Amino acid sequence: MAKKIENVGCPFCGVCCDDLVVTVSDDGKKILEVENACIIGSTVFHRAMEDRHALPRLRQPDGTYKEISYDEAIDYTAKVLQKAKKPLIYGFGSTNCEGMAAAAKVAEKAGAVIDNCASICHGSSFLAIFDNGYPSCTLGETKNRADVIVYWGANPAHAHPRHMSRYSIFPRGFFTGKGHKGRKIIVIDPRHTDTAQVADIHLQVKQGHDYDLFDAFRTVLRGHDIPDEVAGVKKEKIVEAVEILKKARFGTIFYGMGLCHSDGRNHNVDIAISLTRDLNDFTKWTIMAMRGHYNITGPGAVWSWQYGFPYCLDLTKRDIAHMNPGETSSVDLAMRDEVDAFINIGTDAAAHFPIEPVKHLRKHPWITIDPHPTMATEISDLHIPVGIVGVEVPGIVYRMDNVPIQYRKVIDAPDGVLNDEELFERIYQRLCELEAEDAAKTPAKTTPEGVRAGE
Amino acid sequence: MKTVTLTLENPPELYLEGQNITPDNFAGKTAAELAAIDIWEGKLKSPLGKHFAVAGNGGATAADTKIVLRGDCTRVKRIGQQMTAGEIVIEGNADMYIGGWMKGGKIHVKGNVDSFCGIGMEGGELIVDGNAGHHLGSSPRGEWRGMQGGVIRVAGDAGNDTGTFINGGTIIIGGDADIHISTHGEGGTVIVKGNAKGRVGGQMVKGDIYVFGEIENPLPGFKLVGEVEQEVDGVKGRFAHHIGDLGERHPVSKGKTVYANLYTQI
Repeated sequence: MAKKIENVGCPFCGVCCDDLVVTVSDDGKKILEVENACIIGSTVFHRAMEDRHALPRLRQPDGTYKEISYDEAIDYTAKVLQKAKKPLIYGFGSTNCEGMAAAAKVAEKAGAVIDNCASICHGSSFLAIFDNGYPSCTLGETKNRADVIVYWGANPAHAHPRHMSRYSIFPRGFFTGKGHKGRKIIVIDPRHTDTAQVADIHLQVKQGHDYDLFDAFRTVLRGHDIPDEVAGVKKEKIVEAVEILKKARFGTIFYGMGLCHSDGRNHNVDIAISLTRDLNDFTKWTIMAMRGHYNITGPGAVWSWQYGFPYCLDLTKRDIAHMNPGETSSVDLAMRDEVDAFINIGTDAAAHFPIEPVKHLRKHPWITIDPHPTMATEISDLHIPVGIVGVEVPGIVYRMDNVPIQYRKVIDAPDGVLNDEELFERIYQRLCELEAEDAAKTPAKTTPEGVRAGE
Repeated sequence: MKTVTLTLENPPELYLEGQNITPDNFAGKTAAELAAIDIWEGKLKSPLGKHFAVAGNGGATAADTKIVLRGDCTRVKRIGQQMTAGEIVIEGNADMYIGGWMKGGKIHVKGNVDSFCGIGMEGGELIVDGNAGHHLGSSPRGEWRGMQGGVIRVAGDAGNDTGTFINGGTIIIGGDADIHISTHGEGGTVIVKGNAKGRVGGQMVKGDIYVFGEIENPLPGFKLVGEVEQEVDGVKGRFAHHIGDLGERHPVSKGKTVYANLYTQI
């Protein structure tokens, strides 16, 4: 008889739906049915077993892949990390916090730069949060209290399919018993998206001029006059929207890539936070980043705890963690030819990076750690397969509102396949062995010293 | 004043981090001692002499020491970082963080510099004959007390985020500036002799900005209040006077609200 597993977390987007019901075959090897998930989430489960490899594959001189053992792959990876002057470990959007912590241990030992997908996504939000704070809330508060919702530069109808129904527009919460009938929705987007379809007000901002529009909102909020049109939006529309924001009982601004991926990036988020703060002079307002992957909030939480910074960590000096996006961010490092080895884990850098940085990174050893063949595995020197978190591997993930959720496994990984945490632990062990071998060969040379070692 | 000449003979494969190349570190050291000071390339620590030919001894104090860098230093970061006195002349280009956190002395770069130059500056003078990258005279990430003092003078263009969180000091850009000038500024002066692209003075509390050319996208939070005649960096001119950012908080001093000033040449 088939087995039903309830309260399963979904390993797709930052909404982290944890109400999935997955039916698996008796032997625990096959997924038969997925209930409650959106189409993307259920596809993650149904396609989990397609195109899987049970062994790492190493690129041969003739360009083909040859299967090797995990021990050989771990040795290869450790040696690449040890030899490189400044290796880069990037990814982590789709793995658990245990894997992230283990990878950070490897990065520290190897003197690497460790970065996550926020680097090309919501990283700019972190910079704004450093500068200006983060008056946020949990999604539960939004569901139970919010009567005005703003989606600014975000299209959850496509990117976070269940966000609107679980937390923002449609659910009936403790103080929001009327559901969507009791809520006002404002969408600010240059395009008339499917999210804009359900909005009471859609402000079609001129692409790349969000900062100007925020400035207009804030100026009106403080009782000053603004020009007749700002960023393609009429003054009357802005004044009308500001009045709605002011009269809310509780509001949340959800913002997405429209702010983080247009000119100014962190400053767009920065002024959105300033607007949220201003609105709190009148009523209760909160702001939240629409984080993309189900555990992209995780590395921010894990590495901030380990090193004090959420992403773009330069650990090359070992005893100092340095972080400055623009210099230590993956794409900049690649474009400036500042790294000489690349480990791509739990993301597809070849598909997501612009082509130029991919070409620069390809000059050096490239190792991809991913359950499935991806664009990155096709150009890698080494592909190490691992188990799929949330399907075959349990673990902690952080939802977009920084709430940790325990994910569970529903089926077994292919025989012999390691998970991310085990793999990084073994790479760490191998690095320690190599270091000991080196120290034995040249007794005079101790482990490399950090910047402050002489103090 | 004693002069130490560093000539880059063995360029790095990646980038060099030369935070030790300051008059403060060079003072009181002989050429041989200087060749042994640390320089980093990624995780690799090497003596300065591995990459640079060192000629001349340092002076008795930092103020007495001048460092001249020759060769292509396009891939050398952090020269003159945290220096307090003395002089550095870079004959060509240099990379990031030149004059970062500097407190005194003078740096003269004859070529271009990359981003983050003069960040967190407290005093001294940084002169760039070419162009500067982004975050010129800006605050380090997450630091709300930006540039405190000193002068940055760039002959060419500057990138975005000039003088973010500026608190004091002066930045003069001879050419054009990209978006974001004096964002979150609480003091100081930024002078742009060319055009500015936009977001000039966003979220600005106090301080002055002068733009001699055009602002492509002026912010709605700035209001025209009159015309003034002023001498700016030795040039006399008539300026339209705007106050702002009206969307931001502003302190009240002696019963009057203090705004940031934006002057555009008429």
